[in-house]
Amino acid sequence: MKQTPRVVVIGNGMAGARFVEELVRRRGEVQPDVVMFGDEPYGNYNRILLSGVLAGTHQPEDVFLNPLAWYHEHDVTLHAGARVTRIDREARRVYAGGDLSVPYDQLIIATGSVPFIPPIDGLRGPSGALADGAFVFRTLDDCHEIVRHAKQSRRAAVIGGGLLGLEAARGLLELGLDVHVVHLMPHLMDVQLDRPAGRVLELALTQMGVHLHLEKATSGVLGDGRVAGLRFSDGSTLDCDLVVVAAGIRPNVALAAQAGLDVGRGVIVGDDLATSDPHVFAIGECSEHRGQTYGLVAPLWEQARVLAERLAGVSPDATYEGSRVSTKLKVMEVDLAVMGVKEADPDLDEVVTYAEPSRGLYKKLIVRDGRLAGAIVMGDGTIVPTLLQAFDRGTTLPDDRSQLLFPRTAGDGQAPSVQSIAAATQVCNCNGVTKQQLVDAVRNGCRTLKAVCSATRAATGCGSCATLVQAVVEDAAGGSLDVDPAAHYYVPGVPMAKTELVAAIREHELRSVSAVFTALAGGREDAGSKPGLASLLKSMWGAAYEDERDARYINDRVHANIQKDRTFSVVPRIYGGVTSAAELRRIADVADKYQVPMVKITGGQRIDLLGIRKEQLPHVWKDLGMPSGHAYTKGFRTCKTCVGTEFCRYGVGDSTGLGVAIERRFQGIEAPAKLKLATAGCPRNCSEATTKDIGAVAIEGGRWEIYVGGAAGSRVRKGDLLVTVDTHDEVMRLTGRFMQYYREHGRYLERTYDFVERLGLDHVRAVVVDDAEGIAADLDRAMQESVDAYVDPWLEADTPVHPAQFVDVVGAGAGPAPIATTMEAVR
Amino acid sequence: MSEPSVLDVPGIGLGPASQVPVGEGRLFEVGSRTVAVFRLRDGGFRATDPWCPHRGGPLADGLVGAGTVTCPFHGYRFDLSSGCAVGHDCPPIATYPVSLDAAGELRLHVEGVLRD
Repeated sequence: MKQTPRVVVIGNGMAGARFVEELVRRRGEVQPDVVMFGDEPYGNYNRILLSGVLAGTHQPEDVFLNPLAWYHEHDVTLHAGARVTRIDREARRVYAGGDLSVPYDQLIIATGSVPFIPPIDGLRGPSGALADGAFVFRTLDDCHEIVRHAKQSRRAAVIGGGLLGLEAARGLLELGLDVHVVHLMPHLMDVQLDRPAGRVLELALTQMGVHLHLEKATSGVLGDGRVAGLRFSDGSTLDCDLVVVAAGIRPNVALAAQAGLDVGRGVIVGDDLATSDPHVFAIGECSEHRGQTYGLVAPLWEQARVLAERLAGVSPDATYEGSRVSTKLKVMEVDLAVMGVKEADPDLDEVVTYAEPSRGLYKKLIVRDGRLAGAIVMGDGTIVPTLLQAFDRGTTLPDDRSQLLFPRTAGDGQAPSVQSIAAATQVCNCNGVTKQQLVDAVRNGCRTLKAVCSATRAATGCGSCATLVQAVVEDAAGGSLDVDPAAHYYVPGVPMAKTELVAAIREHELRSVSAVFTALAGGREDAGSKPGLASLLKSMWGAAYEDERDARYINDRVHANIQKDRTFSVVPRIYGGVTSAAELRRIADVADKYQVPMVKITGGQRIDLLGIRKEQLPHVWKDLGMPSGHAYTKGFRTCKTCVGTEFCRYGVGDSTGLGVAIERRFQGIEAPAKLKLATAGCPRNCSEATTKDIGAVAIEGGRWEIYVGGAAGSRVRKGDLLVTVDTHDEVMRLTGRFMQYYREHGRYLERTYDFVERLGLDHVRAVVVDDAEGIAADLDRAMQESVDAYVDPWLEADTPVHPAQFVDVVGAGAGPAPIATTMEAVR
Repeated sequence: MSEPSVLDVPGIGLGPASQVPVGEGRLFEVGSRTVAVFRLRDGGFRATDPWCPHRGGPLADGLVGAGTVTCPFHGYRFDLSSGCAVGHDCPPIATYPVSLDAAGELRLHVEGVLRD
């Protein structure tokens, strides 16, 4: 057995503690011994919330993430309050205050940053300590000191109008002080904001009573050992009795530099997060990766996760490739979100702005290649989730950019802002989850959107509330939410995105769901991942797919849709919704014979027989003598039609003929989610073809418009016009090609409306219509193979895959004990 | 699966294990009661109450994986060994020791339940 490796972490702040959390969560085969050093005599706390402590809105105990007991429970040795004084890389040892010395196999430097103290006369006393009444704002102890001094102060000056300085200013304002912010640059928060945004913020702050002094360089502190005011380089002065220095931070590289590691602005690390010594790693604010240092929490958490995955042996090759930085914050009650680049490149970018300073509104989008390269949004939190999503995923933006700045939800004007929603308001209407329940879940420690959803069941029904749930959760978490890596997996139980998964399946020739779990998920079969994998494997391997029935959802095991009373609904195929007297008579006979409790016309122009018991299914199918209508499959469902040119006075195209042909060709084709189609014989659109996954609308001149990505379910969306063509054949070919492209690139359960929005209509059109990627022939061939491989599943009525396929109760107990009585006795 | 002492008891014969398709569950009537028996892909068997405490969904028709079953109705998950709800706060379902005898027959050890 290998000796237990020893991991030593210097720093118990946001990065160090997060790394250790991630590491112990993954402790599997490699069980490293973990020793931590923290400067502060506490467990770790959420530094982001310190301004709340200063303002009195948070109690100090509210900001703790892990109490000291947590370290004990997880076998982590924490030396709290022990400052590391030296790293000996030769001997692989660290030395801390007193005579403490600890050997390491792997050392993680997470020393964070230190406040930058500008050279200002009188700011430091002879001993080097700050003058009485002057503070930095970095730690919990700093907060306590400021609060204590504020009780005997009247006017406070904050040196530095960046994010930290404004947070300090907010806290001081809450403490009842007269607050002055002194900033060297021409506008506030110049790192994050452009000048117009800075102006809007300045107006908002001024209205709140903050006094601003811009383009002022502080040259000296007045007073004799005790702060009495500031002197500026232009000769003016400001009386004050408390000063907070928030002039920026510097990566804390002292230990690393002393140990001889490569240091630039921060400790230089590669994509493996190792420093110039392969046994020493650096993460967080102290590190410099690809020339970039980060001061926000999200990148630092990403680094912590990657390093934990490497060191726990879960994925030793995991790499960190930099972060796309975005942040949501509240600056003095003003909602602010910033992502990506701040200034546009005039040659490359399109800039969309809207400003209304009197209401504190400023919105700016920087669009590059149709995608969001950067954004600043002030004063309107409602549009932020959509923008963050577009930024993170790099999706193509709608051509009408104003939709992003002023979203209009169908029918009901402005969406409510998250903060304005009352706590008791039901957010998820499927599972009855209120805003308060979501907020409670966050307070009780759920750290990812997924964790909140699985704890509350919010957004697990129809999913239409997902964006709102996300907004509420993000607001409640105040920027401390984790990105769930599983959000990018194709299925939760196999840690790979779809492209990666498809490549691995091909490489290892995995033809069954169980083979995928064995090869790619360490043998752990995840129930929730089975149907998604089954769908993917079937679309990849066609006839060579090894079908395992237990990987299917019950509906696809018995080819019917399960109902709340455990009976099933039976929907026979009626191509294009065009039936006949003979068919109707057979359906009526079946309804009589099996005493079907309800016979219902469906929204897709079909006839539904409800209340059929599982055992009856094969008999009902045989008596109907019709193929399955697939009203249960994630795949092609129906093609709804209108009567087109055959009878309608207005029809300009043969919509029934086309609809029937489409349905005969694509019946039973499986896909990431259901596909509802329609054909309309004229632009009156009686079959509602423009709100279908794929719809064809006849227009004068014998032509057909093809729409994709429409929906009229939990979400209502008008389809995008893909192309206009001349013939039925072209409609059929492009329909098949679009479907195949979606089958290969859609995420499991991702409807076409999300798929088209994610990829962008232009991209979809380029691939499907213009064959920009040269794959059209492959798509057509793959679709043809699937069409050829189609077999009506209702034929299993005669040849069940297992004797018990349609049987619930397979046997009865027989044995020595008088069962009824013993079982009763158990109760 | 369970303590050896429980499995020493002969239990009630349920017939050949092949009645249950691999990776799925089926029902058995045992006296006045119905029990769901699951056949795991690793070769093990589990027996539980048949209906989901949430809305009566048929657990035997659920998806099985990693020692759990997911109800087909609303996706509530239960641990097949302990009967405990996984990730939600439904009451637990009853579980029963079940084993495979030398002849390939399933045996339900209800006496073991009594002893617990």
